[in-house]
Amino acid sequence: MYNVLEAENLCKSYLNKRALQGATLTIQQGKILGLLGPNGSGKTTFLKIAAGILHPSSGKLLIDGQKPGVYTKSIVSYLPDTEYLFKWMKIKDAVQYFKDFYSDFDEKKAFALLEFMKLDANSSVKSLSKGMKEKLKLTLVLSRKAKLYILDEPLGGVDPTAREKILDAIINNFSENSSMIITTHLVNDIERIFDEVAFISDGEIVLQGNAEELRSNKNKSIDELYREVFQ
Amino acid sequence: MDLEFDDKMPIYLQIMDHIKMDIATEKLKANDKLPSVREMATMLKVNPNTLQRAYQELERLGIVYTQRGMGTFVGERKHMIDDLKQEMAKEVIDSFILRMKRLGFSEEEIIWSISKNITEVNKHV
Repeated sequence: MYNVLEAENLCKSYLNKRALQGATLTIQQGKILGLLGPNGSGKTTFLKIAAGILHPSSGKLLIDGQKPGVYTKSIVSYLPDTEYLFKWMKIKDAVQYFKDFYSDFDEKKAFALLEFMKLDANSSVKSLSKGMKEKLKLTLVLSRKAKLYILDEPLGGVDPTAREKILDAIINNFSENSSMIITTHLVNDIERIFDEVAFISDGEIVLQGNAEELRSNKNKSIDELYREVFQ
Repeated sequence: MDLEFDDKMPIYLQIMDHIKMDIATEKLKANDKLPSVREMATMLKVNPNTLQRAYQELERLGIVYTQRGMGTFVGERKHMIDDLKQEMAKEVIDSFILRMKRLGFSEEEIIWSISKNITEVNKHV
């Protein structure tokens, strides 16, 4: 099967801190991969390199066979774990902003998703609660017809009902032609939507495997495995 | 549908068991249409690929069949319900016997304890 993303021996240092130390990882088309690790393990650095925002210090990362750049950015839809929407915007402005920016943005889908998320297009971004902001960000990111979706902590700081909505949106909008990387430390809430999981510790992938096989081989849930790896 | 998963076991096997149970208890009847992979995945909040695998395995076992563009349906094989019941009963009994043996019961004691308890259970059901 075809690999949408291939990372080999990827390293990244910030001054004297080594955030990635030889991370090797592949993701196949049509699969959802959970990238799991505690804070500071290198998850976000890895994702930023895949999104084309950071350059690796050494090693290689290819998306659809290409180094991160203009082409890969056009097929990667990235949800960062930081704020990037402008406060003056209304939700509909944010939709317009994405539409102007990305040629693969599907406006119809965006409005359908807003309705599903129960978000009003006329609300202003600064009036939104944290959970609503997460829902909006996810709406925008899922409304692109990308080959690879990268979701950095889509459930972070969101209450359980909003979490369910977000999970539903991810499941409903996932297509077999695309792939997804999701990072989280709320493993328990989301482990059933992973095909594959990769555990990252101190900038290295310490374990990668098929979620169902790991369950049956180890007789443990992914959540328990996570606690075991990172105890 | 309400389905409590045990995340220690492969999810697709649990989904298969659930569907088998519904067929054995005739909640699902021959030629009933199963929800689409997408619907079921959303309902159970699991990966659509996991659902796909569960349906494929059930099809391989001849328990369901698919019709192109129409969906997945419960099979109408003769004796299927009885076979499923037998198979599931065997699993329950095997694990029961194994646990009783681990507790140190002999075969006679196991049989005796069943016949003693079955009348009590009957009162409650």
